[in-house]
Amino acid sequence: MSANLSSMDTIEVMRAIVRREVAMAMRQKGEVLTPLMFFAVVSSLFPLAVGSDSALLLRMAPGVIWVGALLAAMLSLARMFASDHADGSLEQMALSPTPLGLTALAKALAHFLVSGLPLVLIAPILGLQYGLDARGLGILMLTLLLGAPTLSLIGAIGAALTLGVRGAGVLLSLLVLPLYIPVLIFGAGAVEADAAGLGISAHFSLLAAMLALAGFFAPLATSAALRISVE
Amino acid sequence: MSIRDIHWFRFASPPNFYHLAGRLWPYFAALAAVLTLVGLWIGFFVAPIDAQQGQGYRIIFVHVPTSQMSMLIYLVMAGWAAWGLAFNTRLSGMMAAALAPTGALFAFLSLVTGSLWGKPMWGTWWVWDARLTSELILFFLYLGFMALQASIDDPRRADKACAILAVVGAVNVPIIYFSVYWWNTLHQGASVTLKGASMATPMLVGMLIMVLAFWMYAIAVALLRVRTIILDRERHTEWVKHAME
Amino acid sequence: MQWNSLSDFLNMGGYALYVWGSFGATAVCMAAELWLLRVRRLAVEAQLRNDRGISSQNRQEAA
Repeated sequence: MSANLSSMDTIEVMRAIVRREVAMAMRQKGEVLTPLMFFAVVSSLFPLAVGSDSALLLRMAPGVIWVGALLAAMLSLARMFASDHADGSLEQMALSPTPLGLTALAKALAHFLVSGLPLVLIAPILGLQYGLDARGLGILMLTLLLGAPTLSLIGAIGAALTLGVRGAGVLLSLLVLPLYIPVLIFGAGAVEADAAGLGISAHFSLLAAMLALAGFFAPLATSAALRISVE
Repeated sequence: MSIRDIHWFRFASPPNFYHLAGRLWPYFAALAAVLTLVGLWIGFFVAPIDAQQGQGYRIIFVHVPTSQMSMLIYLVMAGWAAWGLAFNTRLSGMMAAALAPTGALFAFLSLVTGSLWGKPMWGTWWVWDARLTSELILFFLYLGFMALQASIDDPRRADKACAILAVVGAVNVPIIYFSVYWWNTLHQGASVTLKGASMATPMLVGMLIMVLAFWMYAIAVALLRVRTIILDRERHTEWVKHAME
Repeated sequence: MQWNSLSDFLNMGGYALYVWGSFGATAVCMAAELWLLRVRRLAVEAQLRNDRGISSQNRQEAA
């Protein structure tokens, strides 16, 4: 790029980062598609394991699909900073005038666009396998849409902490999954609550609140963790 | 020498703290032993039988202390971690690392004793009640902390990374607890508690003494462990070489 | 005292497995923690003595 980064407005820098991430992901479609395929395969495992009783599957559906989405989102987290760390561009980002927190925020947003959003889009197809009706599918999609960015933000912290560490992939899962639990409870819970005729506004309010909290604090923690990894 | 004359920050230096810990831990160990004996005596010989749970309720004399301490230790760990991040002191990271295994152990024991309590009372070895489930998640948080520490070779980097993890975890613990509590009230399940209006005074006193006993034990063990960690980390310094003679 | 005999005490009103299991597990785990702590300490001390031996050897060879 011919434009001097420091002369660009911060928002433009963030937009540039997102564009760059998406472009890189498009170049390596395999890395993006594999978690999606994982998501689909995992969702198919549960009926095979527990039997095809449709009532049971219908009850299980929100939980299974949410857990599958969570695991699939986690698979792609390690990529977030690894290639930048390897070729030294992470150090450049740390030294640039753009606050590292905002860089982390942009990276998490890009991760959502590349990994989270496709999950949201194929979730309904998997939901159909479980017999969810249109309303259930709609709520499932909305909860995933609201929850997936939070997963990317929290996951960024884990990705930054485990940069260049032995066994980073599995360690990342261990670190991040307990922190995902509140999002999981309210995301999957919303579909079930609606099916039981209870209100779901509380679920969505809480998911939104968690997104706001994560959006504010996760970039701070992520940038602190990134600085540790590059020093 | 009055309290005001002591320069507290000199204990932030590892060799000074090493010697201070060496002098202090026997007192905490002794307190732990005495409090344990008193607590057990009250728990088994003073506290009466429970109306609903018979003699089985006596598990609370280890279940409650281990639960409380596992949570307290995590907060203290996160506190040391935050201090270390703010002031860049080496010893803070070492204290956090010294506390983690004990906290994890207490979390594990809390789950085991909770399970042993649940089986006779509710018929199953595991109950998905809010407190046990939160305790399980806390145990995972401890494991994550220790795994991250073990996988980073450079001790300073490991300390700082674990410090961030501990602070993030501590911020999340209330959120996790609230979510699990809410989740549990929806799926009305059994609860591992002592029902009844109020606990008999001897039971309460026994329980509190046991909590204190476990607290003293935790401090003693942490002081001992941090001494070993200090020796290990500071091995290239002169004072360690002299200390080993 | 509320226990009529030692066997009553050990029986814990039928809850022996659970009560003694809990206390036993706690005692065992704490003992294990202390023992592992001792093992770790001895290992570090052995390593430090080894380091000292090597460095004094180096000094002798250099002299």
